[in-house]
Order: sequence, then C-alpha cells, then structure tokens
Amino acid sequence: MRPDDRKYMESHEWAKLDGETVLIGITDFAVDELSNGNEGDLVYCDLPEVGRQLEQGETFGEIESVKAVSDLNTPVLGEVVEVNNEIEEHLEILAQDPWRKGWLIRVKPASKNLDHLLDAEAYEALIAAKAQ
Amino acid sequence: MQETPLHDAHARLGAKLIEFGGWHMPVQYGSILAEVRCVRERSGLFDLSHMGRFRITGAEAVAFVDRVATCFCAKIPRHAIRYGLLCREDGNPIDDVLVYRDEGAIFIVVNAANTQADLDWLRRHASDFDITIEDQTRELAMLALQGPASQAILQKLVEGRDLAEIGYYKFDFGRVCELDGVRISRTGYTGEDGFEVYIPADEAERVWNALLVAGKAEGLAPIGLAARDTLRLEAGMPLYGHEIDAEHNPIEAGLGFGVSFKEEKGDWIGREALAAIKAHPSRKLVGITTDGKRVPRQGYSLLRDGRVVGHVCSGAVSPTVGKHIGSAYLPLELARPGETVDMDIRGKLQTCTVVDLPFYSRTR
Repeated sequence: MRPDDRKYMESHEWAKLDGETVLIGITDFAVDELSNGNEGDLVYCDLPEVGRQLEQGETFGEIESVKAVSDLNTPVLGEVVEVNNEIEEHLEILAQDPWRKGWLIRVKPASKNLDHLLDAEAYEALIAAKAQ
Repeated sequence: MQETPLHDAHARLGAKLIEFGGWHMPVQYGSILAEVRCVRERSGLFDLSHMGRFRITGAEAVAFVDRVATCFCAKIPRHAIRYGLLCREDGNPIDDVLVYRDEGAIFIVVNAANTQADLDWLRRHASDFDITIEDQTRELAMLALQGPASQAILQKLVEGRDLAEIGYYKFDFGRVCELDGVRISRTGYTGEDGFEVYIPADEAERVWNALLVAGKAEGLAPIGLAARDTLRLEAGMPLYGHEIDAEHNPIEAGLGFGVSFKEEKGDWIGREALAAIKAHPSRKLVGITTDGKRVPRQGYSLLRDGRVVGHVCSGAVSPTVGKHIGSAYLPLELARPGETVDMDIRGKLQTCTVVDLPFYSRTR
C-alpha cells in the first residue's frame, strides 16, 4: 500500500503537507513507467527555479528517460520555495526512494486544502485499473 | 491488436509489451541501454513477425516490382536482396522495403505499420500485370539475430550449410532446427553482422527457445523495439514515419543507393519527381549530436540565429556514441559536419552539432 500520509494526482504526482509548505514528487508507478525498473534508463529531470509561481495543474517540469519525456504537473497553486537539486545529478534516487529522498519541489501553497486530490486508496484503485 | 506467435514467450520473459503498428510487441525486456550494448558486443534476438511479408509470383513479377519499387529488380541476382521504396507519383514514399529475388518469385518485406497500405497499393497497380500477390505475414514468423556472435550461434542450429557462404544482402534456404526450406538472409537493421530467419508460425516458439539456449554461452539476449530503434539510428538507417514519409523523399534522405534511374529499368512510379529532386535538392538528412542533457526527440525544432531551420526526425540516448543523437533535415548550407544548431525544448535551447550519418559503422 502506498503511503497514506499524502495525496495523489491521476498523473502520478504526490503532494505531502509539511508544515506550511507542500512537498511534491512522483510515485513509484510513474518512475516504473518511465524506466521499467532500470534506474540507469532515467536520463534527465528538469525542475523550476525557486520563486516560480505555479498555477494549479500547470507543468512545472519534465522528467526524461531513454524512451520518453513526461510532464511533471503541479497539484497545487503556489510559489516554488525549494528545489531538490540533488535529483538532477542522482536520478537513481527516484527509483530507489521516490517517497522521501526523491521529493522534487517544495511549494508554499495558496491553500493547504488538498481535498481535490486523490487519497492513497483512490490512487491504488486507479493503478489497479490501469493494470487491466 | 495482433499478436505474433512469440507473444507468450515475450510475456514469460518479462517483456514490457506495447502497441506498435497494430501489434502487441515487446518494447524492452530489461534496460534499453543494456540491450543496445548486448547487440553491439555479443548478439541479440529479435521477434520481427509483425513485419509484412508478401510473395509475388507470375510471369511479370519482376516487371511489376520494377514499376512500383525504386530499386532495379531485374538486376537483382538470384538469392540476393536489395533495398528500395514504394513511392507515389510525387516521389514521396509509401514505405521502404527489402526485395528478395527468389527463383520464379519476388519476396518483399515491409514495415508492420504499412502492411495494409502497401498491399492496397500493390493490388491497385497489379491489374496491368500477369501476377499474383500473396500476403504471407501470418503464416511466417520472422526472427533476427544481430551482433558479432550471431553466426556462431545460428550455425549450431543449421545443418548442412556453412553460414559463412551466405554473403551480406544474400539469402539461401536451409535446414534450421530440423525444419527444411527455411529462408536465411544476412540482413538486419542494426549495423551489426547478423541474420534474419523465416520460420513457419507454428514452429516459431520452439526455434526462439532453441536459439536462446544455443546462444547462452555467447551471451545472447532477447531485444525489444526500443533498443532496435536506437541501434538503427546509430547505424544511420531510416525509419518510415520519421526520416521518410509522405513529405520526405528518399533522395534528400540520402537513400539514393536504393533508387535506380537506369533506362533499362523502364519507367516507374515517382521516377520523374525524384529525378527532379535529385537535380535540385533543397535539404539534406544529417545526424546531430549533443553534449547537453536533453535527448533529441521527433518534432523538436532546430534553430539557427533564432529562426527555425529544421525539426528532429528521430532521437536517442546512444550508449555506442556516448552522447545523445538524432537525425534531422537541414537546408544544404547548414547540412555540413561541424555546423551547429539550437534544439528547442519548450523554449529552452540546447546546442547540437551536425555530423554525417551513420554515427556507427562496424567496418570503420
């Protein structure tokens, strides 16, 4: 069961309240779709600058694997206050630990209400439906 | 979606299967980059049963092919193979093909995605000719072994025939895995030495498994379509829908070796248009490499001094070249090794350098 301390998007990003800010990353499912379990097949991650204002649902970056590029979508409206610069040089972190060390950006949200996102159970159901 | 006779074998091997040209095909079994390296260093096994295969018989088979294809069919020696294209009157291709000169027949291998369109085109132009066109796609599986160890591996399963006697772009029929009359050609889409074999569909899985066992010592591994695409791009080979299509002709793609203007061949569909392009080409297909982190992808714009001068046709992470590579058409004055262009990825620019194709050649 995927962590229930956070919320999820249909496009496989996760959002976790952390004090006054929201940490954003991608799920193991997304990483697996991109790299098929081969961390060496992750090639690049494009993250925004600190200070960038994000609109809800906007693309805040891209993640690239050997075979494809995927958009990174923002689950909340707000300002980017921190970026995980370690990721760009160590993409394998996404394969090894997408939930903690693999966070991508930290956002100061306009609202801390994440009700519009999927809870862990709903996300699991979405994944299960995809597997069919 | 159609399934090849090896579908279950791929699933058992843990392949990630995707839709490709109307078929459920393995895109990768493990790491794409490792699969590319395996072919370059040892040997890889490919299921190509999705590709279309036609057999043309009848008194005018050769004349028919000389009318619809760009290569000079009448000049192909018995048991040899030539690359060519099926083009429209405007010189743009419907597909690129391999033409096999059998005894009393012509065998043509086409791209999976274009099989039906090719068949329709051939049938449309068949009425003036005394020929029969047979679609053999479903009855024959097609496997490829590509890489330096390929001959040694395949030879273990071939009786009474020394594979060294089958030269490049030649074929013969032999006894493979106790099956007689199996077509074996020294052809491929990777730039490595290798073979393609045509097996009756109901025997395909047995032969596939036998090859994996026979090739174990040499490090043979199954290879998916993602690695296949990288290998062919490294080898400078075109893929229909990328380097050639309804708007990109074989002359500007550098495929003139597959286009014959010899008088003896007679007139053929697209001859006049391609002759005109040959006299005055306006662009050229080139390779691009980049030291930057982003991978060239089909459709990305290429700029020079802020102006769009071309678009990426194909792109890949290349473990063989050691940088990211791509192909693109550029105006003639920019299509020279050493020229640079900027690749536009959502507004961010990355420098690319023009190089001649191919990026990799085993004979260099």
